[in-house]
Amino acid sequence: MTYTVNATGLRKTYGDHVVLDGIDLAVATGSVFSLLGPNGAGKTTLVRILATLLAPDSGTATIAGHDLLSDPLAVRKVISLTGQYAAVDEVLTAEENLLMMAQLRHLPRKLARQRVEDLLAEFDLVDARARRVGTFSGGMTRRLDLAISMIERPELLFLDEPTTGLDPRSREQVWGTVRQLVDDGVTILLTTQYLEEADQLADRIAVLDGGSIVAEGTAAELKSTIGGELLRIELADLESYGRAVAHLSPERTDERLLSVEVPTDGSPTEIVALLARLEREGLAVRKVTTVHPSLDDVFFTLTERSAA
Amino acid sequence: MTLSTAVLDSRVMVTRSVRRSFRDPEAFFTALMLPVILMLLFVYVFGGAMNTGGDYVNYVVPGLLLLCAGFGAGTTSVSVAQDMSNGIVDRFRSMPIHGSSVMVGHIVASVVRNLIATALVIGVALLVGWRPTASPLDWIASIGVVLLFVLAISWLAATAGLLLGSPEAANGFSMILMFLPYVSTAFVPADTMPSWMRGFAEHQPLTPVIETLRGLWMGTPIDHQAWIAAAWCVGILAVSVPAASSLFGRRTSR
Repeated sequence: MTYTVNATGLRKTYGDHVVLDGIDLAVATGSVFSLLGPNGAGKTTLVRILATLLAPDSGTATIAGHDLLSDPLAVRKVISLTGQYAAVDEVLTAEENLLMMAQLRHLPRKLARQRVEDLLAEFDLVDARARRVGTFSGGMTRRLDLAISMIERPELLFLDEPTTGLDPRSREQVWGTVRQLVDDGVTILLTTQYLEEADQLADRIAVLDGGSIVAEGTAAELKSTIGGELLRIELADLESYGRAVAHLSPERTDERLLSVEVPTDGSPTEIVALLARLEREGLAVRKVTTVHPSLDDVFFTLTERSAA
Repeated sequence: MTLSTAVLDSRVMVTRSVRRSFRDPEAFFTALMLPVILMLLFVYVFGGAMNTGGDYVNYVVPGLLLLCAGFGAGTTSVSVAQDMSNGIVDRFRSMPIHGSSVMVGHIVASVVRNLIATALVIGVALLVGWRPTASPLDWIASIGVVLLFVLAISWLAATAGLLLGSPEAANGFSMILMFLPYVSTAFVPADTMPSWMRGFAEHQPLTPVIETLRGLWMGTPIDHQAWIAAAWCVGILAVSVPAASSLFGRRTSR
């Protein structure tokens, strides 16, 4: 397997504040790698270092085989950065933005024009081509931002919180666009604070917290680290709830909702056995459901330390 | 990174900055109104009370020109700072483009705006009775002086914009540029000021530029003022150009 990003021991401090505490990172070529973490975890700092905008205190990295520190120019030729704040000129129109960026990529004039036309169509911006970007909605600005990134297909695309501040519909649209880029084979380093986003888009996820990677794996692997499925039993009254807590050794309880959650492998045999047991104990049960751990659970479990 | 890509990148950035200059109608209107209003104010309101020997308009034109250039440079400073606080600069920086092209774009747009304002000052001045005695050669020399000064103050303003980082702070800097002409020989001769202020007025960079322009246009003595003016401008450029390039090019610590 080849890796587009290979970083070891990246460290960055501001005075006494350690922002990145020795980050090792390997992003497989053609994959979507997500950095997931709360605000202030160091996601953007890491992206800025990998995009040649910020120098690390120590550590090394290669991007598509080019050394980040000794050959930033070669790195800049193969990356594209879509920052946390849309990297577009708001005073110019969509078309002017695209043409400007195409010229800065040194495309010959005719080819640049053609590319602009293709991208306007591809990213659904034809009707808005002559409008100033300042009048765009958040979703449109993001689409333009992504279109600019695709003027020349980059080997590595940074998407730094691409849907922060977008409404759900625009977010779906951006996700759709990102999936198209993935289908085109672009390697993507995505940062997000939305677990759903990482779950939806990423092949691998690294959970970043307090400047360190506290867990890494596929979404499924991360979910399995905090245990399997649970059977959630809502009791009808406080008395039954008390007995359920005493006898079923539940993993989680909620007195307000009168619910207990018991680990299960999800097989019918085990569920039937559990239900029979409830019957036998004479518990008044209102409702039984199965619960899958979500990335949210993973996230909260892993980042509990810093929140406490 | 070859010279031809540097030229190419700079050209794209010049187009961008000039376009942006003309898309802000309020700022553009202010920049055009300022010379007109100041000219009328100084000639017709203050002018009667001024005693500079001869018609006040013949005295005040170089100072007004520099005042407007200061205003123009302030605009440059703010727009550089705006750029820096916007996501687009991160994109430019992470692209394989020539580092100083963004700055070159800002500077060329700044010079263009300033030359328009200069032409306006001169036009209005002629309308309200300015009668320069300059020969064609003097005119050419004066245009050279104005260009050099505008270039220097634009680079200085751009550097300040990079250094200050926020549009608000850059706005503060442009206030300084706007007030500097008042403590020079722009509006009154330095010998009418208290001695402690006179020292500053006589030795600050605007005074030699004003005296040189006044000399070229009205035939007042220039002496060594032209050399001092040139030295100031070249000195400002020698510091600002490399400073701006390195400020823009550095991997930020932000």
